[in-house]
Amino acid sequence: MTETPLWEVFIRPRNGLAHKHVGSLHAADSRLALQAARDVYTRRGEGNSIWVVPSAAITASDPDHADEMFDPTGDKVYRHPTFYEIPEDVGHM
Amino acid sequence: MHAALLEIADDCLVLGHRLSEWCGHAPMLEEDLALPNMALDLIGTARVLYDHAGTLEGQGRGENDLAYFRGERDFVNCLLVERPNGDFAQTMLRQLYFAAFMEPYWRAAMDSTDPVVAGAAGKAVKEVAYHVRHAGEWVIRLGDGTEESARRMRRAVDALHRYTGELFESSPAAAAAEAAGMLPKRAEMRGDWDRVIGMVFAEAGLDLPQDAYMQTGGRQGIHSEGLGHMLADMQSVARAHPGAVW
Repeated sequence: MTETPLWEVFIRPRNGLAHKHVGSLHAADSRLALQAARDVYTRRGEGNSIWVVPSAAITASDPDHADEMFDPTGDKVYRHPTFYEIPEDVGHM
Repeated sequence: MHAALLEIADDCLVLGHRLSEWCGHAPMLEEDLALPNMALDLIGTARVLYDHAGTLEGQGRGENDLAYFRGERDFVNCLLVERPNGDFAQTMLRQLYFAAFMEPYWRAAMDSTDPVVAGAAGKAVKEVAYHVRHAGEWVIRLGDGTEESARRMRRAVDALHRYTGELFESSPAAAAAEAAGMLPKRAEMRGDWDRVIGMVFAEAGLDLPQDAYMQTGGRQGIHSEGLGHMLADMQSVARAHPGAVW
């Protein structure tokens, strides 16, 4: 089955939550991929909605570029709400 | 009334066990989970029906007695479900033939005068609806796939179609339960079955056999050679260790 395309599977555990990546599988086309996702990843009531996406359609960041992609945020502590002190007068936010 | 329930319970158990024989042997990992999923649906239905049949019979027999301590001639499943797995095409066509019958059957059985049957039907109808979808998609893809897959699908039709007529026949036991409103009339599933099979075959590019000879006998306990071997395997642990529990 080496020629069978690879699919990424996303499952929404409950209404109101976001679909979350759970894994991948092989299937000939999108309809069979949905069925396979149901059979492989929702056997224990994990969700109520499934997305399948061809793995080839995903553009991923390059691990070799991780330094320039992600390190610059490391020293910007003021982007976290915990950086700021809230004046007493403001009360409960 | 318990005898009519046994027929349906045996159908579900025997087909469930056949599907479970694929576990660890399916052509791809995804199907290695899908086939036992369907097996567990069917075995779950069989358990409810055996339990209820044992209660109605009133002889103190439980689900294990009925599943594991009856011989081949006592099994009253239809011949279709005991057919050996063959290749993947045959397994999927067998599943489609059976599920396309059971989906309207369980839907009708939700109105059963027997609340246990109605409850089992409400759960099973969703399960077999998925079996129809899954098996149907495979029959379409194999029938309309490569030269080799189409050849195997045609061979599956040749091997299995003769066992579909029995699905619509009511034994005397079934006819009594149908007259009492406990179970749906099997013959009435014909229209739905023809429509689903017709749609799938048209999309799969398969020809529906016309005026094919229909083999029957399962409801009288007259089975093909394969069932005895299957039961010997399925029942061996329970018979070697009667009453054993996990």
